[in-house]
Amino acid sequence: MAKDVAVIGVGQSSFVRGYEGSIRELAFEAFREAMQDAGITQKDVGASVFCSAPEYDKQRSPAGVLAEYLGLIPQPTFYIETVCSSSSSGVKVGYSMIKAGLHDIVVVLGFQKMSEITSAESQERMGRGADIQWEAPFGTMMPAYYALYAQAYMAKNGLTHEDLMNVRIKSGTYGQINERAVYRKGVKAADFDASNPDARMAGAVAWPLRVGDACANADGSSCVILANAEKAKAFSKKPVWILGIGAASEAVNMAARPDFAKGLSVGYGAANEAYKMAGITSKDVKVAEVHDCFTIAEIMAYEGLGFAPMGEGKQLIREKATYKEGKIPVNVDGGLLSKGHPIGATGGSQIRTIVLQLRGEAGPMQVPGDPDIGLVHNVGGVGLYGNVTIFGR
Amino acid sequence: MGFEKFGRKSFTGITKTAKFVDLLTEGKIEGTVCKQCGAKFFPPRADCASCFSKDMDWFEVPKKGKLETFTIAYYAPFGFEKDCPYTMGVVDFSGLKLFARLAKDLKPEDVKVGMDVTVNPLQYEDGQMSFEIAKA
Repeated sequence: MAKDVAVIGVGQSSFVRGYEGSIRELAFEAFREAMQDAGITQKDVGASVFCSAPEYDKQRSPAGVLAEYLGLIPQPTFYIETVCSSSSSGVKVGYSMIKAGLHDIVVVLGFQKMSEITSAESQERMGRGADIQWEAPFGTMMPAYYALYAQAYMAKNGLTHEDLMNVRIKSGTYGQINERAVYRKGVKAADFDASNPDARMAGAVAWPLRVGDACANADGSSCVILANAEKAKAFSKKPVWILGIGAASEAVNMAARPDFAKGLSVGYGAANEAYKMAGITSKDVKVAEVHDCFTIAEIMAYEGLGFAPMGEGKQLIREKATYKEGKIPVNVDGGLLSKGHPIGATGGSQIRTIVLQLRGEAGPMQVPGDPDIGLVHNVGGVGLYGNVTIFGR
Repeated sequence: MGFEKFGRKSFTGITKTAKFVDLLTEGKIEGTVCKQCGAKFFPPRADCASCFSKDMDWFEVPKKGKLETFTIAYYAPFGFEKDCPYTMGVVDFSGLKLFARLAKDLKPEDVKVGMDVTVNPLQYEDGQMSFEIAKA
């Protein structure tokens, strides 16, 4: 496995509801942390890549505005968008530019300020991240799309609502100890009990998915600083290398999806490519971040990534194998479900978690056993885009 | 023009497949088929992705299929709130698939994965044209 491009700095704002500032100020929070982490200044940076999903704030062409505020002009800058996987796509682009020898150091910054619009408006915009010509006219939204997968998957594979609830309970376990998470409360079975009048998570959103099955909208930013081998060795005591990158796409329209009970095809496609490039298998992964925008998505990701055989993802949650002490810890930072999902910032935040894990700097969330290989699975839209990135020391 | 009449609320005004809406008003639900290579498409396409031809014909979608999956929306995006709850699903006509809402008279508890279904044209009271999945 080649060690050509490393992460030398990571940063993340707190993920919050109603960030008290504009997008440039939000972006600066993650940037400041990542630059201080890397120990570099703006003159060391060759280029910047900004990542978000459009239409949540009014700024068009945000790259130039943010590059100026971050002090990254006159270096080249541009914008990358693959909805919820924008910042891991940005990392792939940054990796490519460094590998091609165009730049020594690239800043990849993801951001999203979702709280300027209402939840219903947000659902409408997210729905328009799918097929606006043939599907949005029926009133589609992200929970409904993932519910189509959940319904077929549950019918075929014996996955239960209790299993889905247990994914959310796991995420709550770690959301409580992640000071950057938007949802800091623990989750109990009583929260999903429809007979309990105080149940916060029992209400149906898009059956079979309930309130507690869905991640929270949030405002947030993330920053990943990439460097070539020479600069990584010069600046960083603990560079974390990108060992494998895989990416895939799938038909936007549900009418063209192969089999809903088998999960998202991009998960398999991106994972296979990333494992092949890294020269490892799923068994070598010691800690993973997967795209749990909904509880069902985490179960499907277990299978896409090869942590469980097809249809058997439920066993991992039943056996608590994806808890911090389990055989393959997954989303031990609370995941999107508890940490929150500021769309454009999510991939970079997942990468930050894995980098801290591999450096042994994840604090109360640290996975035991000195993990040496970590994986990030970041999905855009309803499995429209998928990125899997493998990191190692 | 014409495609703004498609669905509960359309987000697209102009498409080369706008004839789809005219066919709906005639009671037909049709996809496109490539005159050059015979590839069939639903939803309809103006261009063949298999042989690059733009010479397309229309064909009627099958009448009998199975419900591959569905969801009941209890929460709706902006502009669809008044319709809640509504059910949406995917029909598999042995390979060719279709996404739509399910007919209002189908009770949620009667909807099952794998059930036999058909698909019918639908006109809303405001004149919008659509199609819906119904019990076979």
